Amino acid sequence: MDRIGLGLCWAAGIALCLIAAAIVGFMLFKGLQFLRPDLLVTSPVASQDQSKSGGFLDPMVGTLILTTIGTAVAVPLGVATAIWLSEYARPFWLARAVESGVDIIAGTPSIVLAIFGLIIFQQSFFGFLSFTAEGGAVFGRSFLTAGLMMSLIALPLIVAATREALQSIPGHVREASYALGKSKSATIRRVLIPAARPAIGTGAALGMGRIAGDTAIVVILLGATALQAEGSTPLFGTLRGTGSTLTSYVYNNSPAGEGNAPEKAYAAAFVLLLIVIFLNFSIDTIAGRRKMEAAWKG
Amino acid sequence: MEGMMPPPIRRIVVDEPATVVAAPAATSQTNGSTPSHSSPVSVTAPRRRAASLAGGIERMATHDLSILYGDKAAVKNVSLPVRQGEVLALIGPSGCGKTTLLRSLNRLVELTATASRQGRITLDGQDIDALEVTQLRRRVSMVFQQPNPFPMSVFDNVAYALREQARKRPRKSELGPAVADALQRAGLYDEVAADLAHPALRLSGGQQQRLCIARSLAAGPEVLLLDEPCSALDPGSTEIIEDLIVRLREEVAVVIVTHNLQQAYRIADHVGFMYLGELVEYGPAEQIFGSPQEQRTQEYVSGAFG
Ligand SMILES: Nc1ncnc2c1ncn2[C@@H]1O[C@H](COP(=O)(O)OP(=O)(O)O)[C@@H](O)[C@H]1O
Ligand SMILES: [Mg+2]
Repeated sequence: MDRIGLGLCWAAGIALCLIAAAIVGFMLFKGLQFLRPDLLVTSPVASQDQSKSGGFLDPMVGTLILTTIGTAVAVPLGVATAIWLSEYARPFWLARAVESGVDIIAGTPSIVLAIFGLIIFQQSFFGFLSFTAEGGAVFGRSFLTAGLMMSLIALPLIVAATREALQSIPGHVREASYALGKSKSATIRRVLIPAARPAIGTGAALGMGRIAGDTAIVVILLGATALQAEGSTPLFGTLRGTGSTLTSYVYNNSPAGEGNAPEKAYAAAFVLLLIVIFLNFSIDTIAGRRKMEAAWKG
Repeated sequence: MEGMMPPPIRRIVVDEPATVVAAPAATSQTNGSTPSHSSPVSVTAPRRRAASLAGGIERMATHDLSILYGDKAAVKNVSLPVRQGEVLALIGPSGCGKTTLLRSLNRLVELTATASRQGRITLDGQDIDALEVTQLRRRVSMVFQQPNPFPMSVFDNVAYALREQARKRPRKSELGPAVADALQRAGLYDEVAADLAHPALRLSGGQQQRLCIARSLAAGPEVLLLDEPCSALDPGSTEIIEDLIVRLREEVAVVIVTHNLQQAYRIADHVGFMYLGELVEYGPAEQIFGSPQEQRTQEYVSGAFG
């Protein structure tokens, strides 16, 4: 019996390796076949003729903007939540409630987050985040609204990574700081956050990967259109406007979408895969450094 | 007030015969006691220190101090002086309240929610409750059992206590001399001077512990508390730190918890023996190890129970 179990585990491991290799190999093959440098630097053009429909510069920029907004919001929020959960967590019931809240957000499918976000951001109160039509109807779709919802995807990962790091710091390290006459807040700022920094980086990189790979929020909350700025203020205009990302570009150009340009979808998918693999690689680097640093006992 | 009060020695039964334990040799290890005092102390063994500096000033004292965790007393009615110019060692089997007593001196014990205190503690005659706790902890500094440098450079570790103390954050160049001085006093300067930006957690265990001592000294303490500072270290590092402690007693009052009896004998001027939360006997090291007044002290120093 044991041998059969062991054999199954072994086979499962091998199978996973083969699947991963197949994905990378296939995407590498297709990607290198169809990826031309000009695709990376030209904007998409609406054209039936695929030789004139341009590249995916805009979607790449879109992925970058969304990832930046999402991470920029999620990191401070997630770190603050983790610090409160690990270092304060009083009253007890509130801590449990916050914990459950984070778990629920972590488990909510992004399409549900997207629909929810659309309803929220179409309230006139949030009109400044997106485009408001003549009649006063708020469009609700923009880089800002999509980015805010994206931050919810990254948040639980950052909370979990930071919290784990804080809890792995032995109590006597905190006490050493108190024993030097430091307050709790000074200890958090000067000792605990620096100690958790590699973990925060890991959580942020994981979250960036998830944001870059998400499609539902892009389709529903970003419009999956070409870059369309709102208003004339250069940067803020773009952020209030709609756009697309690599994921929505892949979707729209694949045989599943309307674009019917599979070769461009493959090329874009390849670029997306490279971005995510790069993020994972940087996670491993950070985690490796962290192992070297974490040296306290007891 | 200081210097005037005779040390309140407790529970010393005078009319009991002062049994001299000349050479309580090898037959001791009767129960499975802790490895740190594997052989009994011989009173003829070399001591690291010269004779006690004469009549140190009393810096701290506990007066009928009791510490309870919930309703369980961990320290019971302890009165004890801490003098400048000498090393006070607290010895006793594990769980007898040494750490608790030490942590009460800088009010670190208050971080334990269930802990409560009875009795008074004074620093230079002043009740420590009257001091701001952050002030008290700079004056009564502590080094822990496990080396615990902060995850930053050697320099920043030592400068840690100096920063944010002043309203205006001092610049690195202004802190340099103070940091170097603290490292000198902790006997670490020569080893780290070449690269003060080196991450502290990459130092060896013994160097880390000396860095923690330097970090405490930088705050300019009057009393230095050490809780089994060598128990995680190799013999070589232990020896360096023992030398260091003996040198430091001239500038600060030193209280060290150890359950290594040889170590207490080598470095201490006065020794307090604790058992089940009580201070059973307090006196000069020669007395505790050479002619203990109490039966339990004698049994402990001759290795009868761990
Ligand atoms: N945080 C705590 N909560 C409850 N009891 C404690 C706590 N810390 C120590 N004790 C108890 O107090 C007694 C003394 O402990 P301690 O001061 O650590 O002794 P020692 O340092 O001599 O080994 C022990 O019985 C221990 O179980
Ligand atoms: Mg202890």
